[in-house]
Amino acid sequence: MNSIFQTVPIQHYIILSAILFSIGVIGVLTRRNAIIIFMSVEIMLNSVNLLLAAFSTYHNDAAGQIFVFFIMAVAAAEVAVGLAIIVMIYRNIHTIDINELNKLKG
Amino acid sequence: MDLLLNFLPAIIIIVVMFGITMIAALYSTYGERKVAAYLQDRHGPNRAGPGGLLQPLADGVKMFLKEEIIPVASNKFLFILGPSIAMTCALMTGVVLPWGDKFTLFGRTFNLQATDLNIGVLYVFAVVSVSVYGIMIGGWASNNKWSLMGAIRASSQIISYELSMGLSIIALLMVTGTLSFREIVLQQHGGILHWNFIAQPLGFLIFLICAFAECNRAPFDLAECETELVGGYHTEYSSMKLGFFLFAEYINMFISSAVMSALFFGGFNFPGMDFLAEKGLDANWITLIGTAGYFLKIIFFIFFFMWVRWTIPRFRYDQLMNLGWKSLIPIALLNLAITAAVMVIRHSNNFGF
Amino acid sequence: MLQSLFYFLSFTSIFLACMVVFAKNPVHSVLYLILTFFTIAGHYLILNAQFLALVHVVVYAGAIMVLFLFVIMLLNLNAETEPRQSMLMKFAGTIAGGCLMLVLIAVFSKANALPAAHEVNSQIGLIKNLGKILYTDYIMPFEVASILFLIAMIGAVILAKREPKAAI
Repeated sequence: MNSIFQTVPIQHYIILSAILFSIGVIGVLTRRNAIIIFMSVEIMLNSVNLLLAAFSTYHNDAAGQIFVFFIMAVAAAEVAVGLAIIVMIYRNIHTIDINELNKLKG
Repeated sequence: MDLLLNFLPAIIIIVVMFGITMIAALYSTYGERKVAAYLQDRHGPNRAGPGGLLQPLADGVKMFLKEEIIPVASNKFLFILGPSIAMTCALMTGVVLPWGDKFTLFGRTFNLQATDLNIGVLYVFAVVSVSVYGIMIGGWASNNKWSLMGAIRASSQIISYELSMGLSIIALLMVTGTLSFREIVLQQHGGILHWNFIAQPLGFLIFLICAFAECNRAPFDLAECETELVGGYHTEYSSMKLGFFLFAEYINMFISSAVMSALFFGGFNFPGMDFLAEKGLDANWITLIGTAGYFLKIIFFIFFFMWVRWTIPRFRYDQLMNLGWKSLIPIALLNLAITAAVMVIRHSNNFGF
Repeated sequence: MLQSLFYFLSFTSIFLACMVVFAKNPVHSVLYLILTFFTIAGHYLILNAQFLALVHVVVYAGAIMVLFLFVIMLLNLNAETEPRQSMLMKFAGTIAGGCLMLVLIAVFSKANALPAAHEVNSQIGLIKNLGKILYTDYIMPFEVASILFLIAMIGAVILAKREPKAAI
């Protein structure tokens, strides 16, 4: 069984993850739609997942993949609660623009 | 050349299965109408060909020749993408299903299965969960309130019932200890008593109910509840795109029947298999009989789908959700706990107490 | 073969991730994100983590993104209702993100990677192996994750059940 790391150095995985992570950061910084910001956070989580899986294969250690499962679990829980909060906010103030959410009173 | 020879059986099986799946779906429409007619004490289609056997072809020609309408305010690309996803996902599941045992031809032995993934059951799950997008995208791109509501109904129903389906399958996987379809089927070798529905009756019942919901079939076909939603998510669709949605539904029915027979009813195993082998019947013939038996089981389940559709009235939406979340999931969890307890007692020696 | 597949998937995922961030219509953003997740599942397949790839598809494409799509469709968000960030903020955000990317790449390209494992074991991604590790070494985090799910479930139900005050 030939491994991907015979032809692609691990640095390329790191660079790919860094780029994806930065795209997520740019999304969080430039968008005002709360749902899109959420999705950008998902991109960031996934870039980390990818790197964990790559290191897991690189070092022949399954623990990295286990951590990916935990991150997926946390992401799923986060999305369930986060989207519920967003829907609540929309019901109350009829927008999901985060610039409108700077007041603490409903 | 060697590579080609290795892949050739798989390619042939894929092509043949594609054809059989399409024909099965085509004739399911005919079967559906005939069964409905029988249950309602009338004749059903009987004009095209002997006994109406050419009716599906006539329907197909009609579908092709109808005018194609794309709503002006819709997103054209996504509007076409919706039915394509539905159709692709419906056809993708068949790859991991074991259609038969070993078959020897020209000195080569191969399995009557396109590919044996070691995580085949999970693959089917992944494809089913992706097929939700076909409905959602189609419903949204139509730019029609009824379509959107139908799409949201259908997909939330599919997601809800996927949970209890998964839980019922986990109990089965605890018994079998593998996710490969072939191994699950091979473990059920040796008579009806070894089939999994004996070991997992509750799990099978849950799976059956969930399969109805996953296929959007009656009594769970709320997505196309005419009185409330006009035509559901395919209200705006016409011609072959509508055909794709309807076809995907029948293919899903065929595939879920096949999955059900493989997981719970022994797949290509049939009673008297060992007896025939002892009598000295050629292994190829036994494999072919097994495949025929598998298709008989599938046809029975398809008939069962239709039987239920024309017998049981449609659920109301809150009833559907209550059934899914408040009944099926707790029962599936109970089934899981019972299975785990039985396994611990049975294998107590392995656990050191 | 694997190499070119890796680069193809990498560039596709970067392109699609950019489209997620820059698409005007939120629904298009969601669809691009789903495609991004598929390319990442492809990366997992290259890495011999088949189980991870399928779980990724089931969890992300099958559950999480459907929730996003639901919310966006139900709130009827589209390109017209999309709030626009001011040009200055967009510019500043992009510059900041770009700087972060430069720093990350600069740091990691200088780092010395440990040598890869000598023996290539294609078995570590199998469900049997992963399950064994998950239920022995990582049983405690696993239980904590289950409690987290319970809390999240209760929280989501409570949030969703609350009656909207002064509904218009």
